[in-house]
Amino acid sequence: MLGRYPVNPGQLLPILFSQPLQWLHSHCSWVPVPEVTYPDAARTAVLLVRLPRILAAALVGAGLSAAGLCYQGLFRNPMVSPDVLGASAGAGFGAALGLFFALSRPAIITLAFSTGLLAVAAVQAVATRVRGSPVIGLVLGGIMIGSLFSSGTSFLKLIADPDDTLPAITYWLMGDLSSIYFREVRFIAVPISLGLLVLLLLRWRLNVLTLDEDEARSIGVDTHHLRVVVILCSTLITAACVSVSGMIGWVGLVIPHFVRMMAGSDYRITLPCSLFLGGGFLILVDDLARNLTANEIPLGILTSFVGAPFFLYLILKEGKQT
Amino acid sequence: MILTADHLSFSYHKTPVLRDVSFSLSQGQVLCVLGPNGVGKSTLFRCILGLQKGFGGQAALDGADVRQLSPRELARRIAYIPQFSAPVFRYTVLDTVLMGTTAQLNLLSSPGEAQERAALAALDRLGIAHLKDRTAETLSGGERQLVLIARAMAQNTPLLVMDEPTASLDYGNAIRVMEIVRSLASDGYGIMLSTHDPDQVLRSATHALILSDGCVRSFGPPETAVTAEVLSQVYGTPIQIASLPVGGTLQQVCVPAGQTHIPNTERKFAWT
Repeated sequence: MLGRYPVNPGQLLPILFSQPLQWLHSHCSWVPVPEVTYPDAARTAVLLVRLPRILAAALVGAGLSAAGLCYQGLFRNPMVSPDVLGASAGAGFGAALGLFFALSRPAIITLAFSTGLLAVAAVQAVATRVRGSPVIGLVLGGIMIGSLFSSGTSFLKLIADPDDTLPAITYWLMGDLSSIYFREVRFIAVPISLGLLVLLLLRWRLNVLTLDEDEARSIGVDTHHLRVVVILCSTLITAACVSVSGMIGWVGLVIPHFVRMMAGSDYRITLPCSLFLGGGFLILVDDLARNLTANEIPLGILTSFVGAPFFLYLILKEGKQT
Repeated sequence: MILTADHLSFSYHKTPVLRDVSFSLSQGQVLCVLGPNGVGKSTLFRCILGLQKGFGGQAALDGADVRQLSPRELARRIAYIPQFSAPVFRYTVLDTVLMGTTAQLNLLSSPGEAQERAALAALDRLGIAHLKDRTAETLSGGERQLVLIARAMAQNTPLLVMDEPTASLDYGNAIRVMEIVRSLASDGYGIMLSTHDPDQVLRSATHALILSDGCVRSFGPPETAVTAEVLSQVYGTPIQIASLPVGGTLQQVCVPAGQTHIPNTERKFAWT
């Protein structure tokens, strides 16, 4: 409804339902052909521009929040965000590489997604070779591999053409959802829903995983295997999110924190809550990004603007309680 | 269910920690492990619980080597009660105890009504059912220890392993926890625990395992295994065991008997 092309709320529902109704009409003849009561431009604005963008915001918000929540449990540290294992840094490098070689947009997204996965696979490989606590190995590996990919991105920016490639890379890294099409929503929907589904099914075990390593194992949880599965799912989600939206910070940190303050720590509750709240939050912030000023503000900048002070507020409020 | 350790030995970076440790634990017994700091008690527990795999000899539950059992199979036979638990996230007491039931569930399910009933029964058995909605940081040290015991009971295993259950408790709570240990043993649990208090061993144990430098110094019922001579030798200071008439029965207590003869400069303390 809001935006540079205002759509009358009365037209919104007919537009949204026009396609399903058309589809129904072709299958069961008693469903009437939907009446066209809206201008064609409104249809384009809603169905091809805004709907995919809203869906992407919901998916990315839900995905990043859930991944953040699961990583926090896995690392037994509420201050961890989804980029802890280098998935974002890896995907960022992949996207920068794609932009540098001026690849097509689908190719850039695929490349970003794959390098994100690759980065975490490298971290996992490093961690299994570190003696001592497996969690420490993961953190150290994540810092190292993440900074390796970040420096790669910086190098690409250095040698990129300052007239077009450099701004493209910089803008992409700021994170935004302005050029999302349906095929991209479809591309990220698969890994994100797959990851979320598995995490939701494992929600009880995620609780046990937050305990001390020896305790969790003696309770009967195969921590080694469970950790790999949780990392795999969270990484699929994070890499998919970053590959279409760029770096959108703070969502994966603030939303889980907020949910835990409101509803306790039980993953049976916090995981679904984080999904919905994260999705809703990002749709809202994306609406702000579109409408606040005449030119769009990159979404990643706004989430930090909103997220960082909010997080500070949460921490201060928490400090008062205890 | 019988736990047997057979010539168990373990080295950490080529330094031997445990050598040739053999003992057994049946249901209904309280086996107390006594020994100075750094003697390998925690390592012994980690080996038995299948958390530390690279040991020599054998540790078996009803003949099945603990290294061959999956975490889930182990968790249905033997439960571990850590000295303390420092959870990063806040869970209610009921949720904490429910976690003990995880091994009874399949991979994708959450605890249901049956598990909740078992958790509440365990809390009830220990007299802390009123704490069920509190979170760990609002509990006292003694209450936290009871919650961990309840979690192990909800795990529904025949054997319990407790790592120094009374180490961080005050005198009264320590006595209460040991009373609970005895009553759980009479319920049929086989309990193995480590302690630094020989009086507890004399009062509560059916069996004592005394370790010194990673070796078994003595093993058996406390009357024969815990003697003044053994204690004096293991702790390197003269100790006597006295009998006190308390409430119509004779209770045995340890008392330090005089000066330590080894000069302080040469006595090496090992901190754990």
